[in-house]
Amino acid sequence: MAGSNGDLKLLGHKGSPFVARVKLALGLKGISYDYVEEDIFGQKSDLLLRSNPVHKAVPVLIHNGKPICESQVIVQYIDEVFVGTGPSLLPADPYDRALARFWVAYIDDKLGASFDRALRAKTDEERNEAIKQTFAAAEALEGGLKECSKGKNFFGGDNAGYVDIIVGSVVPWVKVISVLAGAELFDPAKMPGMVAWVDRFCELDVAKAVLQDPKILLEQAKMLMAKNSAVASNN
Amino acid sequence: MAAKEELKLLGVDVSPFAIRAHMAVVIKGVSCEYVVEDLSNKSELLLSSNPVYKKVPVLIHNGKPICESLVIVQYVDEIFSGDGVPSILPTDPYERAIARFWAAYVDDKFFPVLRGIVLALTEQERVEKATETLAAIEPLEEAFAMCSKGKAFFSGDSIGYVDLALGSLLVWIEAIRRMYNIEIISASKTPRLSAWAERFGESAAAKEVLPEVDKAVQFGKMLEAAASAAAASK
Repeated sequence: MAGSNGDLKLLGHKGSPFVARVKLALGLKGISYDYVEEDIFGQKSDLLLRSNPVHKAVPVLIHNGKPICESQVIVQYIDEVFVGTGPSLLPADPYDRALARFWVAYIDDKLGASFDRALRAKTDEERNEAIKQTFAAAEALEGGLKECSKGKNFFGGDNAGYVDIIVGSVVPWVKVISVLAGAELFDPAKMPGMVAWVDRFCELDVAKAVLQDPKILLEQAKMLMAKNSAVASNN
Repeated sequence: MAAKEELKLLGVDVSPFAIRAHMAVVIKGVSCEYVVEDLSNKSELLLSSNPVYKKVPVLIHNGKPICESLVIVQYVDEIFSGDGVPSILPTDPYERAIARFWAAYVDDKFFPVLRGIVLALTEQERVEKATETLAAIEPLEEAFAMCSKGKAFFSGDSIGYVDLALGSLLVWIEAIRRMYNIEIISASKTPRLSAWAERFGESAAAKEVLPEVDKAVQFGKMLEAAASAAAASK
């Protein structure tokens, strides 16, 4: 019930995997909130600029008027402040929590960073190098899944948790990379666990409700890539 | 602590990330074996404990490895807690979110450009990175006022999460001043951080853990040389 959870507002953008994470977290815990779509490439709202003056980016979660920024920070906040509402997102055991935080950091620092470089590459050479790095970075996830899931369905165990949310939020982008590269980022031969995990995660109601259509993201990616190449060739 | 706890920390003196982990265990007052790694000849233990990154720091607790400095700090904070044990992260969820936000800022926005000063291949690049670093420290000067609420550290009366995140870089900030005459923190431009830096350095934990600045200067010269060599061989 919105009343008992306080006033919750999420500033977001439909294409952003970081925003998707917050929606997945709130959805998994069954928490309702107001959603505000920001014109992130055009005119950012005053509320966004005031709430996130440092980064001027989405997502921003505003809880009882107080802003929380950065997707990893927001998801952990949701788990800590709404403890007792719905399932826990982070594991109960401190060591398992450390493993979860490790893999979440890995996804953003290694996988996300190289994919971002691929989208923003100014030359084909740069892009191919970044895509190669993205593929190399993806492989470790198979081991990460084994370590976190301990043989169960999700990184979080029986239920989807923090790592599932973070990886899940980039699943549509995984599909985009695979199309752009002409090869599956999660190679079924090398990463059968991750391939099965993707199917299971996408079957979740919350994933169906939140995850974007990869076809739309592919168009967005092509636009971004064309823009960066054009800028380069005009210099 | 009930059963016997075995704590081992793999690190190098000048690594800000190892400094964070090391200071965290010192603050908690727990005994920990500190193993200095030779980065040019990494130990089997390091390679097997951190196969993903093969980097320091790694904390090994009762044989189980924890990697990534901020993950280690949070783990240490959660495992060693209770009456009389200093906390590193606040207990209030909103304050925790603020602390995590600024620690992430240090790693994502500040550290890369600070490091860029040392790794710059040309004077022009160095000046660019210095300018970017000076811009990146400004929000932290503002953040200090907001977080500390008039007290000595970002966390209040004692060293906490953001203090460790940024404080671990002070040795490098001073090394950069000596190497290039570039002042990232100064009494004139960042008075709050300047005063905080002194207090951080005077703390018992810092005195126990922080290396001599000259060690960082020497390491910096090695990094410079390695960066030039790598660029020359392309």
